[in-house]
Amino acid sequence: MITVNGKTYQIATTKYDLLLSTWLREELMLTGTKIGCGIGVCGSCTVLVNKEAKRSCKLKLQDVLGEEITTIEGLGTTDGGLHPLQQAFIDCGAIQCGFCTPGMVLSALALLCKNHQPSRAEIRQALKGNICRCTGYQQIIDAVQKAATIMYPNE
Amino acid sequence: MAYRNDAYAKVSGKAKYTDDYTLPGMLHAVPLHAPVASAKIIRIDTSEAKMSEGVRAVFTADDIPGSVFFGQIIRDYPTLAQSRIRSTGDVLALVVAETREQALAALPLIKLEWEALPALYDPEEALKADAILINESHGSNICNYHRVRTGDIAEGEREADLVIERSFTTSRAEHAYLEPECGLAQLRPDGVMEIIGSMQHPFSTRRFVASTLGLELKDVEVKTVPMGGGFGGKDDTAALVCARAALCAYLLHKPVKLCYSREMSMRESYKRHPYTLQYRMGLKKDGRISFVKVRMVADGGAYCSVTPWVTWRSTVQCAGCYAVPNVHCEVYGVYTNNVFTGAFRGFGSPQVNWAIEQLVEIAAQELGMDELAFRRINMVKQGSRTVTGQILDTHIVSLQEVMDKVLAEIDYTNKRKNCSFGDPKQDKWYGIGLAISYRGMSLGAEGVDFNSAIINVQPDGSVLLETGVHENGQGAESAMILIAAEELGLPVSRIRYRMPSTSNIPDGGTTVASRGTLLGGGATTNACNILKGIIGEVLDKEYELKAESFVGGNILDSSGQPICTWEEAIRLCYARQVYPYAFGVFQAPRVSWNEDTGQGNAYFTWVYGAQAVELEVDPKSGKVTLLNMVAAHDVGRAVNPDMVKGQFFGGLTMGAGYALCEVVPLKDGAAIPTNYHQYRVLRSTDVPEMTAIIVENPDATSPSKAKGIGEPTLEITAPAIANAIYRATGKRYYDQPIKIRSV
Repeated sequence: MITVNGKTYQIATTKYDLLLSTWLREELMLTGTKIGCGIGVCGSCTVLVNKEAKRSCKLKLQDVLGEEITTIEGLGTTDGGLHPLQQAFIDCGAIQCGFCTPGMVLSALALLCKNHQPSRAEIRQALKGNICRCTGYQQIIDAVQKAATIMYPNE
Repeated sequence: MAYRNDAYAKVSGKAKYTDDYTLPGMLHAVPLHAPVASAKIIRIDTSEAKMSEGVRAVFTADDIPGSVFFGQIIRDYPTLAQSRIRSTGDVLALVVAETREQALAALPLIKLEWEALPALYDPEEALKADAILINESHGSNICNYHRVRTGDIAEGEREADLVIERSFTTSRAEHAYLEPECGLAQLRPDGVMEIIGSMQHPFSTRRFVASTLGLELKDVEVKTVPMGGGFGGKDDTAALVCARAALCAYLLHKPVKLCYSREMSMRESYKRHPYTLQYRMGLKKDGRISFVKVRMVADGGAYCSVTPWVTWRSTVQCAGCYAVPNVHCEVYGVYTNNVFTGAFRGFGSPQVNWAIEQLVEIAAQELGMDELAFRRINMVKQGSRTVTGQILDTHIVSLQEVMDKVLAEIDYTNKRKNCSFGDPKQDKWYGIGLAISYRGMSLGAEGVDFNSAIINVQPDGSVLLETGVHENGQGAESAMILIAAEELGLPVSRIRYRMPSTSNIPDGGTTVASRGTLLGGGATTNACNILKGIIGEVLDKEYELKAESFVGGNILDSSGQPICTWEEAIRLCYARQVYPYAFGVFQAPRVSWNEDTGQGNAYFTWVYGAQAVELEVDPKSGKVTLLNMVAAHDVGRAVNPDMVKGQFFGGLTMGAGYALCEVVPLKDGAAIPTNYHQYRVLRSTDVPEMTAIIVENPDATSPSKAKGIGEPTLEITAPAIANAIYRATGKRYYDQPIKIRSV
């Protein structure tokens, strides 16, 4: 079985070879996970697997059996409220076309879970697997820094 | 705080892009691309593919009920290739199946018989008199020719104390929008073909679809959904993808989705025109440019697309942002069998700036002058005459202002002293470089330029707004909402931008040419003024008071006293049988162009920009590390400053990639890179911290006072980097992308 955003799914062995990204998008209808390249180099399909940022287009379901997956839909509150990191993306102007945004947010969240006050250079390093063609990254880095100060105010 | 109406949907993953939609009974289509760049098609045998599991149909050009060929300027692009292959991007057949996997599995089962024909990949070869014709019906491999004839070139030659000649080349670059092309079409019960798709020109898409199906425009409705980036690249190819999806849906009476993989996108989609530019520049000892003579050749690939318009901008701006008395310019857009080229952010100006912004520095050096002083002498100023005879007097010419702001911010003249010029004693070579530009705004004399806005105030006072502008991701909708909110004195929360449909708002042209805020914002401003007039008339009749201003949810008279609240005014309108509804139009001021002389008032207003870059070169590896980038652009008025900055940072980054790594090499006319692992765009670790300096000189020709910013930010980064690399290495690099010869 696989847990996605807190909900557990039984997986038939016939589906073990299915790509995680395909399963999320086409069976669970979690279309916030985007496909930009399909070969694991653009980062648009990033999800969290046990709080680690992973490319869901490179994982088969058998690779994540028993694991806990978080997609962009799993952030924030059940009533539609946003995670502070998501709010920071809005406030800092870090969103343009939005296609990289879900993967970018999840890569940044994986960083912040481990490093509560990352430097700008550390943020750049953590996001280098996620291509953004619109923003030049600067306001995304602003957003991650801003989120860190809100999520971990006393550190 | 940044404002975006679509930010919540996008950051929460709720926003639905085309591929995120599924319709009941939906089928999936995939394209079969041409195996070679030039061939005669003898037979396409689809019988085996049709028998494959899940396959519902395989369509070829013979199945097209309307016109096989389409194009925005010349109808030379086959939606499905019929008898002749001209490019490896040609699509020969579409397989439609119950699943995408089934459709892909059937592709290799299509048997194709073809006979190779000679191909031309070099535009100079294609220009030769005895060259084979790429598009026989055009009668020539010259897709288009533009010229400028200013002053007397012979006189310029005579006056020159010094003449320099240099040649430059530019890259065939890929847009690399993160979302590949995708279209979803369904034939509605009312007979309308309805399309959603990842495209930046709903109206062009509608024309492509209608032409392919042989329908009238009223019978095709294109609706917009969020789009994952365009940068000029989601015009022709994206419209063709939608037209092919529509063809399948029309013939099968089922919804059909056609989504491209990255590999399909890179194979077929048009690129930025690679140019060769041969310049001859005459100089006088006092630093004035006496003439510019230039020949440019743009590789248009197999089809016209918008090559005549792209090369026209290069023609108008052929001498850069400098007032030159004698100019002789010839520009050719040329057909080859290469993957075709078309619109890409910058649209013919990045190529010219790449050359001219290096050339002016070479000129200054040859004269023994400071490159800043040389630019100041020759740059356009208030009232200057451009090389096409246009007097710049309808707006503030702020070229010197933006340049001075960038120089001061980056501390150019001090840091210039630290440049390495390839000093063998240094482990790292440091360089700083500058480039400046002007840019004609919007379409100019290349096209009909107008846009409209509808403001429909609801009985509760909330507002529905729509315009002919498309949200490409840049924040166009947010800009329109902010303009309307300010005009009407309402909070943005009371205004909803209604995602437009081609059946509801008049054709406003493409959301390209940095014209969204300028044209759509102009229409929105004008619609607001009409609406205020309508409301004012109702209030005048009721209260005998003249509505003077709309502020903070109130309507005030000339003494600043409230007449009533916005809600009261709207209720009164409805009670008095008057709709608070306005249709506003912004018609771009008149422009002109004489193709024979290359003279005219090409654009109704211009923007001015300057950028400077600091970088370091590793002499051993040749690796370039960007240290700092600063940009100043005059946007007229910054409607949404954080989004304006986003355009700065995004443009600088894309422009830096254009200088350093972005290129699509071809083999036998086909794009070699198939995905991002072979086409490198800059990542977060490649980019330095950047500074955006927004300069605001409100533009008198723009109803909202705002101009545009999308393209100016990209068009001068590459030459600024080239100039910095020159000061770091002591070597000039004339070809893109820059590959430094390591020591």
